[in-house]
Amino acid sequence: MIRDPSDLQRYTASERANHWVVGICFILLGLSGLALFHPALFPLTYLFGGGTWTRILHPFIGVVMMLFFVVMFFRFQHLNRMTDTDWQWVRRAKEMVNGDDHNMPIQGKYNGGQKLLFWFLGLAMVVLFASGIVIWRAYFSAYFGIGTIRLAALLHAGFATLMIIAIIVHVYAAIWVRGTIRAMLYGTVTRAWAKQHHRAWYRQMTGK
Amino acid sequence: MALQSLDIAKRSATTTEPPQARKTPQVAKLIDVSQCIGCKACQVACMQWNDLRDEVGNCAGTYDNPRDLTDQSWTVMRYAEVETDRGLEWLIRKDGCMHCEDPGCLKACPSPGAIVKYSNGIVDFHQENCIGCGYCVTGCPFNVPRISKKDSKAYKCTLCSDRVAVGLEPACVKVCPTGCISFGSKEDMQERADERVAELKERGFTNAGLYDPAGVSGTHVMYVLHHADKPGLYSGLPADPAISPTVSLWKGITKPLAMAGIAAAALGGLFHYVMKGPNDVSKEIEAEVDKELEGEK
Ligand code: SF4
Ligand code: SF4
Repeated sequence: MIRDPSDLQRYTASERANHWVVGICFILLGLSGLALFHPALFPLTYLFGGGTWTRILHPFIGVVMMLFFVVMFFRFQHLNRMTDTDWQWVRRAKEMVNGDDHNMPIQGKYNGGQKLLFWFLGLAMVVLFASGIVIWRAYFSAYFGIGTIRLAALLHAGFATLMIIAIIVHVYAAIWVRGTIRAMLYGTVTRAWAKQHHRAWYRQMTGK
Repeated sequence: MALQSLDIAKRSATTTEPPQARKTPQVAKLIDVSQCIGCKACQVACMQWNDLRDEVGNCAGTYDNPRDLTDQSWTVMRYAEVETDRGLEWLIRKDGCMHCEDPGCLKACPSPGAIVKYSNGIVDFHQENCIGCGYCVTGCPFNVPRISKKDSKAYKCTLCSDRVAVGLEPACVKVCPTGCISFGSKEDMQERADERVAELKERGFTNAGLYDPAGVSGTHVMYVLHHADKPGLYSGLPADPAISPTVSLWKGITKPLAMAGIAAAALGGLFHYVMKGPNDVSKEIEAEVDKELEGEK
């Protein structure tokens, strides 16, 4: 549905759907993974039908997430190449966080922070997927040595934590920068939003 | 098996104190490898007491049968032919859970109460709480727990906790025809071992000694070895077993650090929003864009 024809299309319906599949998988994986990570959070296993079901489901959800993430990754990777301006933006990110974006360099569709997050998530997914396979006791652990399994368990926990923190930042940034979440809900943003936060992209889209 | 008559000193994935009012003496099983004739009576007794029947396997050219521990074989005899300065020696070791004072399996287990250590030192798996993740396998320095292919639960020697709880000795101890396995308080077993080690030394086994590895704070299954200086001779008994540093990291500092990091990110977001306010589009830009749109019309 289009209410305001002057709005700019930021994501197509299929990009949005892709993102939400990955997002839902992430939430399920985060909850089930944390349940098996810290005793205090073990009760989260009840959300999945108990401890055994949590153990069974978690890796399969991980595979689904990986599949959809790979598609998303190749959809967006060309938009996430770091440029000099992006690095400048990253160096000034502190000012932005402090609420002063007057000196921030002009950004394209994504700013330097978003791009770094993108690449970090790519790396985290690779590490989590590979280590997850190694510690998937039911099917794969038998093919790996005990040292590899131990290292994989540690890496899996470590990268999962970093990824959860990264996603909290990702979601918070979307909440903080008002008018952003609608881009992932119905695909459009206002022209003013685009001009304020992604001026180079705004110019490219509107020719202004 | 959940047992009411034994108190619990440690419980997997539990951060508060488990019930431990009753004081029980520390127990231990002593296996005098130098007296073992490899008859496997203990293996049979274990099967019988615990109602276990492993699948019939095949012969690999040694007496090892079954060839490895399984969910149905909680103890197996391992036969090693080694050349020492005394010539060819047949070293037979009864393998199984060592009942570590500091059990790596319990440290790694994510499921509350799936692994417990009783106050007498026995480490037991409670399959009704086991979720089948196999973390205990990852945590054990002795490669002991086995996950059943049928029910995906972890199994290993219980040190006959059910028998011990009612004042009986483990089934393997009961049947051993040479008296190579004994059971009692850990102190008594250490004393007994010392006597035996002295005897062996007298008979020329100068490196005889007790295997009660300090790396896991001692074990509740101990060996008397004629070559205590080279435990590896006994089918790869680890010389200096300890919970792997990777496992300690994973199950130690990573947990509070991760929780703190996640909490900090979430709270950081909330307080940032409250203190800095939302990042709205500025009125100026809104006006600019409106003007541009006017111009288009
Ligand atoms: S030998 Fe392995 S399974 Fe047995 S108590 Fe020690 S860590 Fe646990
Ligand atoms: S397989 Fe069972 S006993 Fe072993 S760590 Fe997982 S829940 Fe604990």
